[in-house]
Amino acid sequence: MLTSFAILTDGLVYAAYLFIVAIGLTLIFGVMKILNVAHGSFYAFGAYGAATAVGIYANADWPAALGFLFMLVLAMTIGLVMGIILERGLLRQVYGKDEVITVLVTYATFLILEDVIVLLWGPQSYAAYQPMVSAGNIEIGGLVLSNYDILLVAIAAALALLAYWSLKFTRYGWLLTTVIFDRETAAAFGVNVTLIYTVTFIIGAVLGALGGAVMAPKIAVTLGIGVEVIVLAFAVVAIGGMGSIEGALVGALIVGICRAAAVHLVPQLELFVIYGVMALVLVVRPYGLFVRAQPRKI
Amino acid sequence: MSAILAVRNLEKTFGSLVAARDITVSVPAEQTVGVIGANGAGKTTFINMITGHLTPSKGSIWFEDKEITGQPSREITRLGISRSFQVAQVFPSLTVFENMCIAAAIARRRGGIFGNIVTPVHSPAATAEAEATIELFQIGRYREIIASALPQGVRKLLDIGMAVVGWPRLLLLDEPTSGISIEEKFDLMKVAMSALRSRKITVLFVEHDMEIVTRFADRVLAFYDGTVIADGTPTQTLSNPQVQELISGVRLKTSVKKPGNA
Amino acid sequence: MSGRGQLVGGLMFLFATAAAPLLPDWIVSLATVALANALVVLGLVVLWRAGLVSFGQAIYYCIGAYAVALTARWTGFRDAFALVVIGGVAAGLVAALIGFLLARYREIFFAMLSLALSMILYGVLVKTESLGSTDGFSVATPTFLGFAPHRDTLGLSLYWLTLGVDAVCAVLISAYFRSVAGALAAPIRDNEIRVEFLGVSVASVVHAKVVISGILGGLGGALAALTIGHVDPNMSYWTTSGGFVFVTILAGASSVAAAFVGSLAYEAVRSFAFDLMPQLWQMTLGSVLLLTILFLPNGLGSLVSRVKRREEVKS
Repeated sequence: MLTSFAILTDGLVYAAYLFIVAIGLTLIFGVMKILNVAHGSFYAFGAYGAATAVGIYANADWPAALGFLFMLVLAMTIGLVMGIILERGLLRQVYGKDEVITVLVTYATFLILEDVIVLLWGPQSYAAYQPMVSAGNIEIGGLVLSNYDILLVAIAAALALLAYWSLKFTRYGWLLTTVIFDRETAAAFGVNVTLIYTVTFIIGAVLGALGGAVMAPKIAVTLGIGVEVIVLAFAVVAIGGMGSIEGALVGALIVGICRAAAVHLVPQLELFVIYGVMALVLVVRPYGLFVRAQPRKI
Repeated sequence: MSAILAVRNLEKTFGSLVAARDITVSVPAEQTVGVIGANGAGKTTFINMITGHLTPSKGSIWFEDKEITGQPSREITRLGISRSFQVAQVFPSLTVFENMCIAAAIARRRGGIFGNIVTPVHSPAATAEAEATIELFQIGRYREIIASALPQGVRKLLDIGMAVVGWPRLLLLDEPTSGISIEEKFDLMKVAMSALRSRKITVLFVEHDMEIVTRFADRVLAFYDGTVIADGTPTQTLSNPQVQELISGVRLKTSVKKPGNA
Repeated sequence: MSGRGQLVGGLMFLFATAAAPLLPDWIVSLATVALANALVVLGLVVLWRAGLVSFGQAIYYCIGAYAVALTARWTGFRDAFALVVIGGVAAGLVAALIGFLLARYREIFFAMLSLALSMILYGVLVKTESLGSTDGFSVATPTFLGFAPHRDTLGLSLYWLTLGVDAVCAVLISAYFRSVAGALAAPIRDNEIRVEFLGVSVASVVHAKVVISGILGGLGGALAALTIGHVDPNMSYWTTSGGFVFVTILAGASSVAAAFVGSLAYEAVRSFAFDLMPQLWQMTLGSVLLLTILFLPNGLGSLVSRVKRREEVKS
């Protein structure tokens, strides 16, 4: 009983982390049809930025909540700047080219950015555990949970609600939906697709960086964190369907719970489970759970 | 052989939608049959059943006295039935010659699991067939042009040529002149039809242009609501009052009053 | 390959064979690994021509390598020729199996599913203690038809073996490209539906390509395992696959030779970058990739065809 509860809570926390990271990726793909490998870089930069922020406020002795906010804001700003630079400088060159070519461009960018991290922060690891520690723990039903983890789940839930509300009730959300559905027709109706692309990419970058920032207190901020995240995020997005936000949510939950189950019950299968689930879903639903195949007319 | 193609009591339903109902037609060899009817009348369903892309719900299809009902489309292509497309389906990154070559090589490939691997694509036989078909359809001057750069009419002729390079005995043409300008329709059909006639291919073609149908078909089938409502020579079918009411329209004879002081 | 291409290829092969004993050991070793990797790239070229990109080709590389290592470890059998064949066959069998799944997909989904499968293997290997987990384990020194070479000549022996396997594969794949199955790559990429309507099962042609690329990947992995002397789960990691894709981009898919030239160029650049600035070689690699994609979208191979075309126009 305790194990099931542990699986559930662990699963939810992991799902929250996956969702925050994956939502930016699926958004960018849905709108721009670009699978952005450099999303891992946004995450990494967010994490490193958060570590720097924690370093700053911990030494200056700010109150925990303010420090946390500062950490988030700094990370999101980094994401914003990176998003603008990448979109303007690089992606514009490859719009309209083959999907796979664009993926390779983002892969190359990712490689470059991995080393930019070394240039900026050096090869050593950083710790940013202060927010986690100051949040404290809570005991529920025999399990000790970190308040920070609960906060993580809350942030993910808030993000999901925000995404849902924006898409359904704001003008930008409607425009986004039309572009996701059929870019050409949207453009023919006068939608400023270029602007939508830029804004979407920046939002995706900010969300990626946010993911890195909120996870920083839980992990060792070191080289290579971007790599892991990217593959996981892809798996989540593939399960849910590219471009589908509800898909990212469901995908994150599925992967989160399955992984937690594996970790608690059969630890050897941890890595296997995530990709196994992805392969399984793709067998049954080739385009993910929430996306239908587009038939070709002749 | 009595008829090269015979369908008996053919029927196709999609759930509650009856797309084809009790169709019985017999086509003798080398006949050119025009198929007319409004969109949604069942023409494409009919063609798709013959080419094996749809399995009939009821009824049977016979090709050269052998039943082919329900056979997969790959098998039917092998047996000698081919089709061309309303929107020309070619390989845009290859030249006209390469397009024709690959079609010819596929048609001549050896059977078995490794058939594709052991057959060379530019064998003398395949290239000769490709050249001959290109000449037959009079698109020789476009031989080295990439298919994506071809004018629409040439692309259509290439499409038909590729369907024919393997010497099928029955060819189904899906709206051969759709997307072609009025001035060019007749020329296109003249070239295509003479090419097909010279290879003694039986042709079924779907058309919306009644003049094309009148000029090039030996026989016309009129479809409405999933059934054949008329079957005869072009004149017979097109003067059928039901056909006139439902499909082709009536020729109005009227005098035009000159504007002015009338 | 045209007649002239065959001649050039043959000459290069002879040159490569003869030049090796004159070169320092580290160059021979580097070249051997590059030539082994070139086989994996050749497999990717076969798929690339049909519009398919595999982000998980490393799975076959890894299977080939582990097949060799495990056969040597469990049976004591160490003949290099046999081991390489075993590696190729093992990978080919796995490719045949997963090909049934992969052949249904195209583009991004083909890429991602192949990625997932390679990561599954990685996950399994990492968690398997008996296979050394993340450390992997070493590969026994091979023998060559009973002849156990001296340590000094082992490197050259492996080099010549790799060169030989490369040559055989080059000839076979060139023949494949001239066959209907090989020539169907562009039509499948352009208009699959038409290919089906011409009477060809696209799924089975794609399946065959997956198997061919798998066998090539396995051969490459087997040769690499013998040369490096060590196998580990990283051989199935997604960055390893990424490296192979990178070379394919660099080389372009225009010819068989491109895979070999590209792979050698990549090893050279990688060593050079690593020597020059060991901290920043990923950046160098990424920049080269970026520049290639933006300015030479058909890879280095396109440079060759541009030169050829200019010659034809002049003459």
